[in-house]
Amino acid sequence: MPSKTAFHSSGEDLTTQIEAIAAGSVTGSNDTDVWVSADRLPEVMGGLKAAGFQMLIGVTGVDYVGYFEMVYHLLSLSQNRRAIVKVRCGEGRVDPVVPSVLEIWRGAELQEREVYDLMGIRFEGRDEMKRIFLWEGFEGHPHRKDFL
Amino acid sequence: MPLKTEPITINVGPQHPSTHGVFRMRVTFDGEEIIDVEPIFGYLHRGSEKLAESRTYTQIVTLTDRMDYVASMTNNLSYILSVEQLAGINPSPRGVWLRMITAELQRIVSHLVATGFFLQDLGALGTPLIFMMREREQVLELFERLCGARITNSYMRPGGVFMDAPDDFWPALDRFLAEMPHRIDEYEDLISGNEIVAARCDGVAVVDSQSLIDASVTGPVLRASGVDWDLRHRQPYEYYDRVKFNRPLATASDNYARYIVRIHEMRESLEIIKQCFAQIEPGPVRPKEIPALIRPPVGDSYVGTECPKGELGFYLVSDGGIAPYRCKVRAPSLINLTLLRDMVIGDKLADLFVTFGSIDINMGEVDR
Repeated sequence: MPSKTAFHSSGEDLTTQIEAIAAGSVTGSNDTDVWVSADRLPEVMGGLKAAGFQMLIGVTGVDYVGYFEMVYHLLSLSQNRRAIVKVRCGEGRVDPVVPSVLEIWRGAELQEREVYDLMGIRFEGRDEMKRIFLWEGFEGHPHRKDFL
Repeated sequence: MPLKTEPITINVGPQHPSTHGVFRMRVTFDGEEIIDVEPIFGYLHRGSEKLAESRTYTQIVTLTDRMDYVASMTNNLSYILSVEQLAGINPSPRGVWLRMITAELQRIVSHLVATGFFLQDLGALGTPLIFMMREREQVLELFERLCGARITNSYMRPGGVFMDAPDDFWPALDRFLAEMPHRIDEYEDLISGNEIVAARCDGVAVVDSQSLIDASVTGPVLRASGVDWDLRHRQPYEYYDRVKFNRPLATASDNYARYIVRIHEMRESLEIIKQCFAQIEPGPVRPKEIPALIRPPVGDSYVGTECPKGELGFYLVSDGGIAPYRCKVRAPSLINLTLLRDMVIGDKLADLFVTFGSIDINMGEVDR
């Protein structure tokens, strides 16, 4: 069984690290994950990249019915460490939007388009927000819980 | 009087033998030179992640087969490890060894297909691809002995595998392990020193390692740029910390480097299988106490594994029910295409297909 905490920054360490980058941005944490507020995201991510997390491994959107959550999996090749940063957005299912991290990592280019297409979360600060798998004109976002 | 010229836009695909599936690129040319590429995805989108939300954890194994259909076993493995983390299941040792053996066999298959079609895209129609399909067939026959299926195996289960290898599997595996190194030598004789391959591949589609890391590119494409990053070595899962293997690297980061890294990785996979073969012991392939319907506690899990194409990871969220609340796939094939545009701009039309083949993607995994 792969351990959940192996090769991960503990939530406590990561909180300390993020608080040093952007004081007051952390809204919660558990053993591996840290929640930050959406408006501070570019600041936090820019700081984490400078601290060695060179790679944006995954960008995921999850629909928790009352709100949406963005999950960012980061990877540091030099320190052999992973980190998970989560952001709550779209409280009450109204217009979920988070700042884009495309300027920080090129790897967000297709991943953010995928989240927009299937989960309907908008990314602010990038000019092009096109669907990626479904065609333009498709109604709704299939990965939302109210789609089907 | 100077000739009037203007750029021309051509659709490559969706039905095109060199797009390795159903994929479209809108390419703009100035003469024969590429000045812009826009990849268009989605022709093979089947909504696997959404389907997973209405299936039990065991049923989803069959969906993972159909993502990267050239590498079903490694897809199975990545998914199963994520489920085991989520539900806290400890697998049986014999099951783990069998999973490693099949995953490495699958890596060989995937690299054979990648190399074969890469050469086909180069214009070597026939011979190399037929050679590689011949060896692939042997592995598929081994899989058939193991689980009855050749391509969509669904061999793995949370806790191990669903049945033990039959007695005639081991001599057949032994024969394959003895024969395969000579076959790889044969490929190298044909391809590695070939003047035409060198002329077409050396220095084509070069991309620096910093850009690759920034664009989240993983797998052989990253290792061909000199970055020593292999999850089997850096973040070992299963029993990869109990086997010794080299990590083949290349530094040129061109089409030839990506080819040669795959060739060497096949040799290393054979070494890993031999060591697994030597260490496997009799015992159950799956703990008996695992219930038929797995109900993991509320929470989430992510495990990334080194698949033939890069890091494949499953992010699973459980609400305590029999099906995942959310199942997200981190697909290396899709993310490795981020830099396609940068790689081919300024090259000729004929190089587009070669570069595309050297990245090695699978449309089933890109679109899911």
